[in-house]
Amino acid sequence: MEIKLENKKRSGPVLFSEYKRGDGIRKAVELGRENILFELKNSGLKGRGGAGFPTSTKWMLSAAANADKKFIVCNADEGEPGTFKDRVLLLEYPELVFDGMVIAGFTIGAQTGIVYLRGEYEYMLQPLEDYLAKVREDNLLGKNILGKENFDFDISIRLGSGAYVCGEETALIESLEGCRGEPRNRPPYPVNTGYLGYPTVVNNVETLASVSHIVLKGGEWFKKYGTDKSTGSKLFSVSGDCEKPGVYELPWGTKIKELLEIVGAKNTKAVQAGGASGTCIPKTQFDRMLGYEDAATGGSIIIFNESRNMLKVLKNFMEFFIEESCGQCTPCRIGNIKLMDGIEKIESGEFTFSYINNLKELGRTMQVASKCGLGQSSPNSFISILENFKEEILNTNWKGKENV
Amino acid sequence: MLELEKNSLSEEIENLVKQFGSERQALLQILQAVQRKHKHVSDFAQQEIARLLNIHPVEVYSVISFYSFLCSEPKGRNIVRLCRTISCDMAGKDKVVTAVKRELGITFGETTNDGRVTLEFTNCLGMCDQGPVMLVNEKVFTHLNPEAAVNILNEVK
Amino acid sequence: MSKRENIRVPVSQQPFTVTKPEDTTTIGGTVTVQINEKKFSVPLGTTILEACRQNQIHIPTLCHHPDLCIAGVCRICVVDVEGMKTLQTACSFPITTPIKIHTSTPMVRKARRHIIDLLLSEHYGECYSCFRNGSCELQSLAKEYGVDEYTFGHADKPRYQVDRSSAAVVRDMSKCILCKRCVRTCIDLQEVGVLEAINRGHETYIGTFLDKPLADVICINCGQCINRCPTAALRANDPSDEIWEAIDNPKKHVIIQTAPSPRAAIGEEFGIEAGHSFTGELNTALKRIGFDKVFDTNFTADLTIIEEGTELLYRLKKIIVDKDESVKLPQFTSCSPGWIKFIEHFYPEYLGYLSTAKSPQQMFGAIMKTFYAKQAGINPADIVTVALMPCAAKKFECNRPEMNSSGYKDVDYGLTTREMAKMIREAGIYLPEMPKANFDEPFGDASGAGLIFGATGGVMEAALRTVYELVTGREVPFKNLAIEPCRGFEGVKQASVKLENCVDQYKFLEGVELKFVVAHGTANAKKVMEMLRKGELSNVHFVEIMACPGGCLGGGGQPIPTNAEIRKKRAQAIYAEEESLTVRKSHENPHIKYIYENFLTDGPCGKLSHKLLHTHYLKRGKFIS
Ligand SMILES: Cc1cc2nc3c(=O)[nH]c(=O)nc-3n(C[C@H](O)[C@H](O)[C@H](O)COP(=O)(O)O)c2cc1C
Ligand code: SF4
Ligand code: SF4
Ligand code: SF4
Ligand code: SF4
Ligand code: FES
Ligand code: FES
Repeated sequence: MEIKLENKKRSGPVLFSEYKRGDGIRKAVELGRENILFELKNSGLKGRGGAGFPTSTKWMLSAAANADKKFIVCNADEGEPGTFKDRVLLLEYPELVFDGMVIAGFTIGAQTGIVYLRGEYEYMLQPLEDYLAKVREDNLLGKNILGKENFDFDISIRLGSGAYVCGEETALIESLEGCRGEPRNRPPYPVNTGYLGYPTVVNNVETLASVSHIVLKGGEWFKKYGTDKSTGSKLFSVSGDCEKPGVYELPWGTKIKELLEIVGAKNTKAVQAGGASGTCIPKTQFDRMLGYEDAATGGSIIIFNESRNMLKVLKNFMEFFIEESCGQCTPCRIGNIKLMDGIEKIESGEFTFSYINNLKELGRTMQVASKCGLGQSSPNSFISILENFKEEILNTNWKGKENV
Repeated sequence: MLELEKNSLSEEIENLVKQFGSERQALLQILQAVQRKHKHVSDFAQQEIARLLNIHPVEVYSVISFYSFLCSEPKGRNIVRLCRTISCDMAGKDKVVTAVKRELGITFGETTNDGRVTLEFTNCLGMCDQGPVMLVNEKVFTHLNPEAAVNILNEVK
Repeated sequence: MSKRENIRVPVSQQPFTVTKPEDTTTIGGTVTVQINEKKFSVPLGTTILEACRQNQIHIPTLCHHPDLCIAGVCRICVVDVEGMKTLQTACSFPITTPIKIHTSTPMVRKARRHIIDLLLSEHYGECYSCFRNGSCELQSLAKEYGVDEYTFGHADKPRYQVDRSSAAVVRDMSKCILCKRCVRTCIDLQEVGVLEAINRGHETYIGTFLDKPLADVICINCGQCINRCPTAALRANDPSDEIWEAIDNPKKHVIIQTAPSPRAAIGEEFGIEAGHSFTGELNTALKRIGFDKVFDTNFTADLTIIEEGTELLYRLKKIIVDKDESVKLPQFTSCSPGWIKFIEHFYPEYLGYLSTAKSPQQMFGAIMKTFYAKQAGINPADIVTVALMPCAAKKFECNRPEMNSSGYKDVDYGLTTREMAKMIREAGIYLPEMPKANFDEPFGDASGAGLIFGATGGVMEAALRTVYELVTGREVPFKNLAIEPCRGFEGVKQASVKLENCVDQYKFLEGVELKFVVAHGTANAKKVMEMLRKGELSNVHFVEIMACPGGCLGGGGQPIPTNAEIRKKRAQAIYAEEESLTVRKSHENPHIKYIYENFLTDGPCGKLSHKLLHTHYLKRGKFIS
């Protein structure tokens, strides 16, 4: 596999708009740190990895931190079920991602960038390394970038080894440090105490790609798209029951039913926004719009049509969490098992309503008491699917209906 | 293990340490390299790595046991990982599972008697728009149907 | 912000340090927090847990332990911090801004109750058949939160097999709550590195390298992990049933020797505050239980000092006078069996530096089954020797195959303080109310020097008192014989005394600056060994090492909990008791003189003492095949 430079075959308002390799970096040098941070703040860009933390704040905090070394980490651990936009960006638009990293390094004063690429994407490793080698030749990476004195930045790629939880930024850092991918206590936050104890910015692939455009074209331009609270556009990875699954760039604020229209989904019963950690949105709520303020998602959109059995869907999600929990904290390690027990009890028809309510309560505890986002969001689908499909799930006699 | 094999493994690990450094943060890279080549990280390799990185062997073992792509027991020459997550599930992964199991005569989590193939489930491979999907070693195969999957598996050596 | 020094401790688990105030409302390095509507001023970086404890606000904890770095995994200590979406763990949250905290909202209480329910649902075992009944942190939490039913079920069969392979530690992972205190103890505190979490998610358990039985890995049997385990998942290998059997057998002559540290701590098992010695009461209790003789280990501690001190003087002479280069200095103490196994595994090439003297426990056994047996006219085969020790490693030591110089197993059983307390309770005795009694003769009197073996630096202090006096003919030049540089809990202590106006026999030591090093806890031992490796100890003569933090008084067999404050109190109890004694130097113990005159007639380090009182070591190494 080879990555071709400047090979545009997609179109979209922001991310898939015109961009030439190095343009963002050139502009960044021209603007200077202060102005970059201003443009970023003005753009209202929020993290695309799922948590939605304002990128400018993250960068400012680490720019302000006093340390002899700093790190930029590109989170390419894309593991959320139904998400594959980062793969597309890395393979087809690597210039956006890597330019974004260089700009980040320039802004906060870091000289080292690390891409944490999930082990499942090992087949991308060589093409990406080749790409980086080419960029180094063009002096867009390495020492004295673009001839600017002391503007040094280089990028290395490190592989994961098959653990979804390593996408969580502090688990990712633990993994980079050669440890089990167990999320850390926060505070201290990585912007102060990250990789090897140094200030570290962890950003999603798409966040960094957006930065390249914003720096080149300005915060105002970016803000033209999207809503007040969710500015710009977003890549949606669409899969499930539709005619045209794939990656779509749409402005934030797009309604779910509009999206369903675009991808050719028919007879849709429900949409899972945000992957297994997200929430399940039933037909009656398809008027809701995609955005941080309403139906938030890191990009994953999974579509279910009328023929799908929602309990089976839920079971698939819970299996995912049980397999991927790191297991260090009590609510998540044992809680997910209990939720699964509940699902099995429903399947076998042995549940009581009060036990299911107990489990929903337990889910709420997990949401607030788990150590990291995994345990905090694993009950989301349990709660939302059981609420929204109560009729379908609890009032059916499941015995002997294993594979409806 | 033969003394000779031990020596060559030691040398290999020493070279990896030279390449990636003798700090703890090199651990995962070293383990990945050993795993790639030997399809597992043996007891001896674990202790050599621990010695050279100045950490405890149990820490190495603990890290290996955490990551699903690393293992301390030998597996098949080819590791096949089929995505079991929702989109692939809806796209018909179950049929592929049945076909593959029947063809190889093993279930998931097992290795064929000739040590050619180990079958495993994995979670979302980031190819949900093209499911069902499987990884054969590090190569990815999409749009599987039972026949295609079986053909691919019969190809690997 | 702090930079990591020890790569093994994740940054987030290191003590939090703040360099400069982050907020203008924080003046002079303190910050005002509001806890449950009340305002408190605390130093920057104080955790919520510390702030609450300082102000008498109770927060439950499980994975937190004051000796260890922060884990933040059990989540039982969650509190509500205003403005945060999720609950925060009090044990890990450093206060750097003026936050508002609520420690008992409905959500907090519900979360804690859920966490207890979840832990209990996986917990195998019933409290009434469990050795931690009454001292278990999980049990007391369940009580605190009024758990009266298993909301999410209860394990009806064990998930894991009990590992009984080790002479010292029994591991029952079906009772484990994965607080990882043992991992942090073994890796961070002791730096031995036997235990780690294996697998992930719900499959996680605490395991050893390749899941080998504990006896087959590099465990040094220090038992520190037992002391920090909140439940019965880790416990000592308890021989009390066999001991009862021996006591109940009229043919057996059962002797117990008691070490100094258990006496200073056993009161804690009976609800007495730390820092009180119960030596006299314990003697009575032991007699009532039915031990035929109750002797004082301090007697052989004195013997150890004579043997080890003489060995040191021999080594010095060989080096200074005979210029013998094969002799190793500094000489390391050898009375801590955890330390012995540690050096055998990690530094086998340095075994020559160890004193060959046995530990007091083993010397005692050897003397009992030889000298004492003969004097008392008892067949050594009928003697059962029990050692009451603060230590788990002593159980391993007495089972070492070479420990049979008397022709029998020198010490039959090592019993910990906790197990002793259990036996006393079983016998229906309330220890603090016992009348006081003396030890039995002839090994009842010992010097104070033996007593202070219990605290780190004690062996060194005892040895210096004797060696200095032998060499110079005068008492050590410290007020009240208290050699202060040996005392205290600093990890590695170094000091020296100058030898002047030596007696004729030791003229070769005239003017020598006798240098010594004291370390406790194997993490500190490692530091000392690295110093040795780098040649930094070339002018040091004597090194004392104890495997447990604080020395024996912090041993793995001591009452739970053990922490810095309790260790300090136990040390105070020991030093206070020793000041009250009249004989405070080993060589002045009349029984010691007697035994050299009547039994070990070829003197210290002579032929017989070499047979009975000295031993050899095993090059174990780290490799596990
Ligand atoms: C369990 C878990 C998995 C995550 N996986 C990813 C991931 O695969 N990719 C990603 O960019 N962020 C992931 N995140 C979010 C990161 O923790 C982090 O918020 C993000 O990388 C920050 O980048 P951003 O601000 O650019 O979004 C995950 C979070 C959790 C809790
Ligand atoms: S919530 Fe789950 S994944 Fe996160 S730290 Fe706890 S156990 Fe690990
Ligand atoms: S470990 Fe604690 S909770 Fe468990 S059975 Fe023993 S006393 Fe009860
Ligand atoms: S007894 Fe000591 S060495 Fe053994 S596992 Fe426990 S802490 Fe580690
Ligand atoms: S064995 Fe004890 S100390 Fe170790 S994790 Fe389990 S409960 Fe905690
Ligand atoms: S669900 Fe199979 S690749 Fe994503
Ligand atoms: S005591 Fe705070 S998380 Fe365990």
